[in-house]
Amino acid sequence: MPQTVPLSWYLILSAILFGLGVAGFIFRRNIITVFMSIELMLNAVNLSFIAFSYQLRQVDGHIFSFFVMVVAAAEAAVGLAIILTVFKNRATLAIDEVNSLKN
Amino acid sequence: MQQLWLIPALPLAGFLINGLIGKRLPKMVVSLIAVASVVLSFGWVLKTLSALGSLETAYVERYFTWFESGTLNIGFDLAVDRLTAVMLLVVTGIGSLIHIYATGYMEHEGGYYRFFAYLNLFMFFMLMLVLGGNFLILFVGWEGVGLCSYLLIGFYILKKSAGDAAKKAFIVNRIGDFGFCLAMFLIVVNFGSLDFGKVFEAVKPMPVEATAGILTAIALLLFVGATGKSAQVPLYVWLPDAMEGPTPVSALIHAATMVTAGVYMVARSAVIFERSPMAMEVVAIVGLITAVMAATIGMTQYDIKKVFAYSTVSQLGYMFIACGVGAFSAGIYHVVTHAFFKALLFLGAGSVIHAVHGEQDMRHMGGLMKKIPITFAVLTCAWVSIAGIPPFAGYFSKDEILLAAHHHHPWMYWVGVVTAGMTAFYVSRAMFMTFFGKYRGHAHPHESPFVMWGPLAVLAVLSLAGGWYFKVPHYLEPLFPLSGEAHDMTLVAISVGAGALGIGLAYVCYVLSPGIPDTVSGALGPIYKLVYNKYFVDEVYDATIVNPMVGGSRSVLWRIVDAGIIDGIVNGTATVSRSVGGALRMLQSGNIRSYAAWVTLGGVAVLVVLGVMAGGAK
Repeated sequence: MPQTVPLSWYLILSAILFGLGVAGFIFRRNIITVFMSIELMLNAVNLSFIAFSYQLRQVDGHIFSFFVMVVAAAEAAVGLAIILTVFKNRATLAIDEVNSLKN
Repeated sequence: MQQLWLIPALPLAGFLINGLIGKRLPKMVVSLIAVASVVLSFGWVLKTLSALGSLETAYVERYFTWFESGTLNIGFDLAVDRLTAVMLLVVTGIGSLIHIYATGYMEHEGGYYRFFAYLNLFMFFMLMLVLGGNFLILFVGWEGVGLCSYLLIGFYILKKSAGDAAKKAFIVNRIGDFGFCLAMFLIVVNFGSLDFGKVFEAVKPMPVEATAGILTAIALLLFVGATGKSAQVPLYVWLPDAMEGPTPVSALIHAATMVTAGVYMVARSAVIFERSPMAMEVVAIVGLITAVMAATIGMTQYDIKKVFAYSTVSQLGYMFIACGVGAFSAGIYHVVTHAFFKALLFLGAGSVIHAVHGEQDMRHMGGLMKKIPITFAVLTCAWVSIAGIPPFAGYFSKDEILLAAHHHHPWMYWVGVVTAGMTAFYVSRAMFMTFFGKYRGHAHPHESPFVMWGPLAVLAVLSLAGGWYFKVPHYLEPLFPLSGEAHDMTLVAISVGAGALGIGLAYVCYVLSPGIPDTVSGALGPIYKLVYNKYFVDEVYDATIVNPMVGGSRSVLWRIVDAGIIDGIVNGTATVSRSVGGALRMLQSGNIRSYAAWVTLGGVAVLVVLGVMAGGAK
């Protein structure tokens, strides 16, 4: 396979996506954006799993990424439910205003 | 098997029944259980002794091995020999009489069932003490009677003085018990056993110790135990205070039985004491000092029970003189006769107190002869007995002791004679102040009921004829050989004369011309004050031992050790965790983005560390 994309490109793309996810997670205030950042990080990791799996001709990476997808789906379901409840109770989606376990 | 265990088990059963459900039982049933358990025990003693026959050697029953450690094997052994037989008869016999008396005396007191439960428990432990076949069982009984003594002295739980007296008795006894424990440890170390049989067999071939050796140490430590329990100088201070308890308790525990446990223990260990002349000398001299000191105090007291309490201390001193000069059988003889007449004196005093509605001060009595004639009659029997007038019980045993003392050191005999005179004087003084002259109180004296004077009458007969009828020294001859000396009639006459002189002097002072005592005490001034205040022994103990102890406990142990160090460690641990927690709390800001930043930082840090390690590994 002479014309394949080199592994390092995939990893660089994965690192960039992960870095964007971290930056979004830390710097954005909207809960939904934060949530999307988390999804982004998960998928960046997925990308590197798939890349390694392809490179090493092993199926493990695929299985890992399926697990990550399942977890991400579950997390999305629970997370969105939490976001809805928070918005109902506080009428805000700004993450800095949800800083108290009380009330 | 003679089922010796039944002897202590019966009072124990009485204790359990009365102690557990006595509160819900009618008084009749409570007293029936209490009295029956002791009387049955007495009956079982009689049956056992008649079945065992002459008892030339000890009869031992082993029920089970109590515990084993290495070569040391302690069995649950009960043993009977002639010495135990005498003690068993005294304890259960006198105990039965006093139980019967107490049903009348305690009739109107609260806590009726509690009183009899304790009294039964006391009987159980006392019987364990005399039946024990080794030092440890003896010690169990020894501690048990101490506990019951504590409970019964403090029987009137609402009276502070009673509680204080109970604590004093308990604590002073602990000092003696400490000596007893050390003696037992020495015995285990040196003889590898605590069985009376084995230990004494091992001691018998040992030579008499001219200088202090291991046997002297054991004997002296055992005697320390005896001074506590039997109220000898310097640990006698608890006994006079113990009179805070109800009078039947004073009679049973603090006159007839428990306080003679020390004499019993010394006589039991006679084999050890005989091989240590030094320890014997100490025993005799302590006994002598106690006898004289307590007799002098007894002459000045006004509380009728206090007089008899000091009399008990003094008579116990006599018993130790006997042991110290080697006449152990005379000591036990005096234990027996003393149990008769002193129990009678106390129960009689109880009857008097009962008659004058709780008054104990003899200055508020007088002239009771006609008002309570039966009590007067029985007390007269005790009076002539303790004064050593022949042929009554006290005369026989006191005579044996004084003759043995003369044989040992003539000066001991003379001190003993003087004490005998003082004994006669203070008892006569109590009798004259109580029964002669005019009545000085305000109550309406009345005679006690039959349940009270019935036992008194039995004791009166024993006080009169007991010494002549029970030839204790002859019975104990297999254990303590008699010296076989002829009685020197001059010495007998002198001691009897001293007793008669004491009575006569008291008659002159308290009946013929009642002004004399005041004149004499006035003339003696400071000396009288010293004796009247019991030589200030309690005050000296307070100043030298009790107060430094209390003060030290308060300022050092409480304020510094407890409040400072122990509480400091506990509180310090709490303070440190709290301040560390306070610092860590700052991290928990509640700001999700800051958490995220920390997580990221942590992740980066882990990566850096892994990278550095991987780099280092290359």
